[in-house]
Amino acid sequence: MGSKLHALLVTATLALGSASALAANECSVGKTLKADRLTVATGNPAYPPWVMNDAPESGEGFEAAVAFAVAERMGFDQSSVDWVRTSFDEAIQPGAKDFDFNLQQYSIKPERLEVVDFSEPYYTTTIAVVVREDSAAADTEATASSLKKLKYGAAAGTSSQPFLENVLQPEQATLLYDDNADVVAAISANQIDAIVFDLPSALFVSAVQLEGGKLVGQFPVENNEAPDNFGLLMAKDSLLKECVDEAIKSLHEDGTLKDLESKWLADATGAPVIDMDK
Amino acid sequence: MKNRSQKLVLEDVTCRFDELTVCDGINLSVDAGEMVCLIGASGSGKSTLLRCINLLEPIDSGHIWLDGEDISIPGLDPKPYRKRIGIVFQSFNLFPHMTVMQNICLAPTRVLNATVTETHAVAKDLLQRFGLQDKASEYPDRLSGGQQQRVAIVRALAMQPEIMLLDEITSALDPELVGEVLEVVKALKEQNMTIVLATHEMAFAREVADRVCFLDGGKILETAPPEEIFTNPREARTREFLHRLL
Amino acid sequence: MSALSPRKRYEQKERRRSLLIATASLLAVCAALYTLVPKAPGWVAVKRSFFNWAVLEKTFPTLLKAFLWDIAIFAWSLPLIMVLALAIALCRNVKTPALFPLRVFGAFYTDIFRGVPTILLVYLIGFGIPGLGLPRPWNSPYLWGTVALVLTYSAYVAEVLRSGIESVHKSQRAASESLGLTEADTMRFVVLPQAIRRQVPAMMNFIIALQKDVALLSFIGPVELLRQANVYKSLMANFTPYVGAAVIFLCVTIPATRYADYLLAKQHSVRT
Repeated sequence: MGSKLHALLVTATLALGSASALAANECSVGKTLKADRLTVATGNPAYPPWVMNDAPESGEGFEAAVAFAVAERMGFDQSSVDWVRTSFDEAIQPGAKDFDFNLQQYSIKPERLEVVDFSEPYYTTTIAVVVREDSAAADTEATASSLKKLKYGAAAGTSSQPFLENVLQPEQATLLYDDNADVVAAISANQIDAIVFDLPSALFVSAVQLEGGKLVGQFPVENNEAPDNFGLLMAKDSLLKECVDEAIKSLHEDGTLKDLESKWLADATGAPVIDMDK
Repeated sequence: MKNRSQKLVLEDVTCRFDELTVCDGINLSVDAGEMVCLIGASGSGKSTLLRCINLLEPIDSGHIWLDGEDISIPGLDPKPYRKRIGIVFQSFNLFPHMTVMQNICLAPTRVLNATVTETHAVAKDLLQRFGLQDKASEYPDRLSGGQQQRVAIVRALAMQPEIMLLDEITSALDPELVGEVLEVVKALKEQNMTIVLATHEMAFAREVADRVCFLDGGKILETAPPEEIFTNPREARTREFLHRLL
Repeated sequence: MSALSPRKRYEQKERRRSLLIATASLLAVCAALYTLVPKAPGWVAVKRSFFNWAVLEKTFPTLLKAFLWDIAIFAWSLPLIMVLALAIALCRNVKTPALFPLRVFGAFYTDIFRGVPTILLVYLIGFGIPGLGLPRPWNSPYLWGTVALVLTYSAYVAEVLRSGIESVHKSQRAASESLGLTEADTMRFVVLPQAIRRQVPAMMNFIIALQKDVALLSFIGPVELLRQANVYKSLMANFTPYVGAAVIFLCVTIPATRYADYLLAKQHSVRT
């Protein structure tokens, strides 16, 4: 909290010292789309737990909260942030952007880096276990040893399968499928007890695809051998990148991101971090 | 009215295929141990008549009496009568996937519920009698036409029938093989088997038949002892037919 | 040698000549492929991703082990297919009016299960029926995947059998019935053995197709050869495991195909 205060103080000092920039700190001056305002984009609609109630202005939800935290570090208070909506694919195309940064679970990928810029990662995906609420597996404890007893299914060719094989090593043979929809069909048919996905997919599956889906837990992030890193998307060669990176770095360092993650992606979703030693 | 208690009595037997009347009011009585030859041009109804007697073709009207019992009532189960009446076809119709022995033993074991040992003994005996003892384990396609036809006769005989129907059994044979099959028929006749034989072998009919029937257009035009029919037929059609043939 | 007639000598000479020509042209084609293919601009890349010996060595033992699943699925499906196909073929052949519904059923069955792509049936039955809430192990994908294969293939084989049954000349039935055999016995001892014997080559084609189609079960979970190759492909970003899988399938299907051809040729020579 100390550094947060410090940052606010710095912002305040800078604001006092600069006539043109009322709120923004030095690094972002003149680099935003609109002077003294930060335009942030998210999906249309935006889903929980990333944005609660499709209302990012509220700051409720992981990405809404991250956006405001970054804005704050860059010297924009809540009222200086404008929200706009873009579709996922549209934002990732080359060309001019109508936002300063866009966040809707964009993974940082080399091929994307050729047409857009990404900030430092604000989130690294963990792997989560999904079961059916009405099955015996729903009572499984969030420990490695009890999770090993379940029968798993996974989509072949995703990182889930090597994770099961190399990290969790369940007792029964894993069944493999073409895609997530088939894995969901298999768990619906009770042919498997549990599915592992990266957390974002797990959230989507349990909310949308699998009726009565339940997250048993998520594995500590270091167990993910092929994690996705989410970054804030900006236009190619964005002048803001340095400033945004600074903000994210400081949010990492003071533990803000970790706090937000546990608030919105573990507590709010009911996916506790799995104890690997039990 | 006829004496229906004879071995086999046909009374006004009529059989139609759609519009075509193949047997047209046939009347014929066969005594036990008698041999009746059916002669006539192809299509005169000889084969169909034999198939009617074996209940392979249903008749449209008339009656067929076997030992005084009407076996032609529609809906009657034909199987009990078929096993009493053997039939041998022009084209042998042996079962190609079975050996001679299996061909012969199938029906006795399945229909008469005879034991395998019993039927084997009967079959062996019959094969011996007709000079086929060394063919028991051959498949039909390894036999000559004459041998196949003799096996077909043995197969029918193994059911111990009371009547044998022989349907142009030498017509599909090479001329040099006809003799061996006719020898078998002659032997049957000597054992007092009741036989109805459709044939084109006039000389044979003349030699062994007790009576000869001339069929024409589905009707029996003339029935007489062979000497009479071959030397002095009553009907012009018969004369014409025999004339063309001889 | 001196005992050979002039005709035999001529034939032998001709035979040797054609053998020589055939061998020479085969060698020429192989040599051309061997020298020309590696000159193609993409050959090095293709070789690395499709014919990578190191990858093959590493994955082949596991692929072989996965193939055991294919063999097992095939082995338990085949007898079921034969039995069901026979039942359906007999249904389609019943003449008794009281059993007419069986005929209709048989016709529907063959129409439906030959009309739906196997993969769809594997999906629909493999996920659909267990979805009704069957307890384990009765919802196993192996079980219902097998059911899908059996339904499809028995429909095809039933048609083959039916045409076999119809190809047996009616004089055979007449001969059998004239001996007093029941219709059932006639079918069992006279018609069916001939029908089946006649259709063995045609059935072999379906057996070979089944040998490959067992891989469709991989879509509903089982990690058999195709799926294992698929996993390795994703893991190693290399297509060699697919080539390995193809080779394993070929090791089984080529001899089977040759055998079917041999049976067919044998049958033709018997008929003519």
